[in-house]
Amino acid sequence: MEMKPPIPVVPAPIWRDIKDLQEYEQLRQRRPEGDKHSPAFVSVTEGIHSFPGGFVVTTAADAFFNWARKSSVWPVTFGLACCAIEMMATFASRFDVERLGMVPWASPRHSDLMIVSGTVTIKMAPMLLRIYDQMPDPKWAVSMGSCANSGGPFRHGYHVVKGVDRVIPVDVYVPGCPPPPESLLNGLLLLQDQIAHFNRTGQRAAPNPKLD
Amino acid sequence: MTRERAVTLIAERFGSAQVQGEAPLVVVLRPEEWLAFARFAKDALGCRFFSFSTAVDWKEEGLEVIAHVDNLDDRLAVVMRTRLAAGTTTCASLVPVYKGADWMERECFDMFGIRFEGHPDLRRILLGDDWEGHPLLKSYAVDTPHPPYR
Repeated sequence: MEMKPPIPVVPAPIWRDIKDLQEYEQLRQRRPEGDKHSPAFVSVTEGIHSFPGGFVVTTAADAFFNWARKSSVWPVTFGLACCAIEMMATFASRFDVERLGMVPWASPRHSDLMIVSGTVTIKMAPMLLRIYDQMPDPKWAVSMGSCANSGGPFRHGYHVVKGVDRVIPVDVYVPGCPPPPESLLNGLLLLQDQIAHFNRTGQRAAPNPKLD
Repeated sequence: MTRERAVTLIAERFGSAQVQGEAPLVVVLRPEEWLAFARFAKDALGCRFFSFSTAVDWKEEGLEVIAHVDNLDDRLAVVMRTRLAAGTTTCASLVPVYKGADWMERECFDMFGIRFEGHPDLRRILLGDDWEGHPLLKSYAVDTPHPPYR
């Protein structure tokens, strides 16, 4: 007689009971605290700057670092819906954002930018927030498409977040349903301007007006 | 198993059931015949493939449960329909007959709040565990708030 092993009964996961998520709730980082430089870095740069002729070094270094930061934005690969197809087309050879220094990176720990490409559901929103919080500061978010901007055609669905700006702070809104790669490319160039503005002034510029 | 043969067998066994349509064959049942007809469809009609199960909210007339089963060898499709009485949310589960009904009935419970009696593991499948209400019911208001997200 053939013996069948018993089917293991796996209890249903309840998200709020997971210890890792509880710790993440405690350690959650929020702007603007995350945008500050460390005090050691500030004291070193102040010291160089106050040295005679040192301002040439710091401004030249600032300009160089600004150029480097805005030309090496690594977006975390985070495709949510059909907009992700256009995002992939933007990353692929024809539009080739790698000439802007953008490499889609499969880890939030090494990324500077999150492109929210698609409808955010209420079940997905905590996971999106978690990935966003795993990214190191300073970090940027592009809301791509009508769904991420405001909910889009699914705005009155029971499960849809009415705009990803209710979950994370957004720097650039890209309108369209879905936005073509040119449109996303324009949004990424706007984001480069925003990054340059932030590195010049230490303040985030207001996001571009939301059109959808 | 032709359509005529199936209609004859259904009329012999379930006299009160209405049979409509060509393909698929629609059988309107009473709620208490639900599980017995599923057994009959699997054994006598040879419908061994469970396609899907869903429900319709007819507001004050009550809920209607629908299941679609197939006999793939003889190309016979049977749609089982039953109207629950107004205010009733319990229905017999088809999981003892069709294993494939498990997740379909969980989804039905999730969206319509129908409690399938005899289901081994009836809990939400698509929505979160802490969700309140059943969103595909007509009484579930559009734009029901769900702080902080909507």
